[in-house]
Amino acid sequence: MSIEQIYIIILACLVAGACSLCGVFLILRRLALISDAISHSVLLGIVLAFFLVQDLNSPLLILGATLTGVLTVYLIELLFSSKRLKKDASIGLVFPIFFAISIILINLFAGDIHLDQDAVLLGEIAFTPFRLLSLWGVTLGPISLWTMGIIFLLNCLFIGFFYKELKLTTFDPHLATMLGFFPVGLHYAFMTLVSITAVGAFESVGAILVVSLMIVPASSAYLLVNRLSHMLGLSVFFGILSALLGYALAYFADVSIAGSMAVMTGVIFLGAFIFSPSQGVLVKFFLFQKQRLLFATHMLLIQLLEHEGTQSENTENTISNLVYHMKWKLAFANNVVSHALEQGFINRDNDTLRLTSLGREKAKRVIVMDN
Amino acid sequence: MTEIISLNYTLIVVMIGAFILGITSGILSSFAVLRQQSLLGDVISHAALPGIAFAFLFFMTKHSLGLMIGAIISGWLGTFLVAMIVRYTTLTRDAAFGIVLSVFFGLGIVVLSYIQKLPSSEKAGLDSFLFGSASTILLSDIITMAIFASIIFIVIILFWKEFKLLSFDRHFMSSMGFPTERLDLMLTWLLVIGIVIGLQMVGVVLMSAMMIAPAAAARQWTSRLGVLVILAGFFGLISGGIGTLFSSYIPHLSTGPMIVISISVIMVFSLFFAPHRGVLWHWYKQREYQASIRANTMLVNMLLFSESATDPYHCHQLSALAAIGRGPAIKAMKELSNKGFVHNPKEDLWGLTPAGFNQAKRLQQSLDHDS
Repeated sequence: MSIEQIYIIILACLVAGACSLCGVFLILRRLALISDAISHSVLLGIVLAFFLVQDLNSPLLILGATLTGVLTVYLIELLFSSKRLKKDASIGLVFPIFFAISIILINLFAGDIHLDQDAVLLGEIAFTPFRLLSLWGVTLGPISLWTMGIIFLLNCLFIGFFYKELKLTTFDPHLATMLGFFPVGLHYAFMTLVSITAVGAFESVGAILVVSLMIVPASSAYLLVNRLSHMLGLSVFFGILSALLGYALAYFADVSIAGSMAVMTGVIFLGAFIFSPSQGVLVKFFLFQKQRLLFATHMLLIQLLEHEGTQSENTENTISNLVYHMKWKLAFANNVVSHALEQGFINRDNDTLRLTSLGREKAKRVIVMDN
Repeated sequence: MTEIISLNYTLIVVMIGAFILGITSGILSSFAVLRQQSLLGDVISHAALPGIAFAFLFFMTKHSLGLMIGAIISGWLGTFLVAMIVRYTTLTRDAAFGIVLSVFFGLGIVVLSYIQKLPSSEKAGLDSFLFGSASTILLSDIITMAIFASIIFIVIILFWKEFKLLSFDRHFMSSMGFPTERLDLMLTWLLVIGIVIGLQMVGVVLMSAMMIAPAAAARQWTSRLGVLVILAGFFGLISGGIGTLFSSYIPHLSTGPMIVISISVIMVFSLFFAPHRGVLWHWYKQREYQASIRANTMLVNMLLFSESATDPYHCHQLSALAAIGRGPAIKAMKELSNKGFVHNPKEDLWGLTPAGFNQAKRLQQSLDHDS
């Protein structure tokens, strides 16, 4: 593996790590789509700052872009609080304007900026190794590695330093206000952090895929664990894992690196969505089946109790009647009967079913809803 | 002027396309915004990208019908996955939106980057689906668009009453025995088709704005659904026309951003200048209201003063009356003397007129009544 590839992999991991740290709080504070808005509108800041300083590596670009990110959040909240638009409509209106203006500026001055439309959407992580930082004649590795490293560190420091405050304002903002914390201030500080991270990641993976790195690993972690600290750790792990797997996919299939990373976050999410022990589709499916069987067994016991000792007992209390009367499929009816047999609730004589004394007790209890 | 807008064949084709796009998205956006599904458009348009890419791989042609069908399928799959995530997990709707849109977009980018490497002459121009391009629109595309658009119009006219009820009171509707879920699904299908129609022109990245802005702008002017839909369609049409015109004449200008900026200008204008809901209207009404409160307070104060004197029309110095500050007091006096409620026989001396006395009595009574 060449040094260039190692640079790209490290950068991908840093981007994924920083984004997935922010993502945890974005998910928990229900701001998932704010990150979409921010990641689109930071472009305007980058373009405008570029016109001012004419240097794509200037730290002013990051500053300008961060400011537009925060401005976007402020505008969205302003529109929403004016009561003229709903929250989702406010989000969906602000960022397309910013994004459209920046694309037009890029279109019109395409010759002057080395940004182009594709770079905006795809990022240029593959070009990372060619833009090196040199200070006093010493080459210190790619610039983006340094920027992203600092941003990652900033994320860790912010979350480490304000862990308690973030936790409280996230889960109980009212209590936080009562205790004298300042949730609005913290909200904007956090939005600033998200903007900075989006700016840093933007260059590598483009506007839209930033969203996948921010939201998807955190969502996967959210489905699997119930503690904030665990969720942070797992989210970063998933982020970095998708970066590595994504790079591998991109390398072997010769496709876009940023796109592959996004796809891998999706694959991991799909895994969590299906197999999560608490919220997974699979668990819910089995739970549903189990409840269905339980409910059907209760129905069977009630049916047997109702007709016990009556004239129609021999026709009503049969498996064929279950199929005919309850509209159960034969296989399901057999399933229910064998479940009831296992539990010792009934006896079976060919087609005819009879309650045991245990089953009679159970049926009576079920009828008064005390099971 | 006639030289600039010379009606050549290509331009006419493109303009017709822009009009179709504008009207359909305007109409559909009305329902999307009312049902608080504004951002669903964002999801669908991004989710359509892999469909376009796969359809191209499958058919190996850029013919719009095949690509549109691919886009419709994957756009619909995206909304289906959102519904699944919301149904099975405790993740919020915006998180589900963010996950689906970014991962699908990433997948689209991966497949597009794969197509770029294929040795095929047809692939050029597939990029235009990202930001839209008016220049690549052919007559056959317009015909496809027109067919899909007429389907949308017919369905909306046929189910007008149902969609209206669905948008405003779905619980009432389901209690009346209407199949709300099926109608919901139908409207989502229309939204998917409407978005896919616009993709070639506006592009996946900014199409979401077309599903919000026309209705959000029209909403400021009216509170009737019929007017809203027509007005939104009209706004969509204008912005489609202006956007296409600009991007046809200015080289390298993507159509999508131009259309979005046009509709945004209409939107911002409506937000400020629309009667009843506009920011300026609101500001003016508020000033009027404040002035009337000021004048009324002054009138009641003067009544209190005059009750202590034997002559109810006795004049007092302004400094004695100005409990609300001297500046506001002067303004209030001017307004009152315009109405003939006060008179000032000498500089700085103000007293009630008989009409003012009666008015003040009435105000005081209503105040007493309230408390």
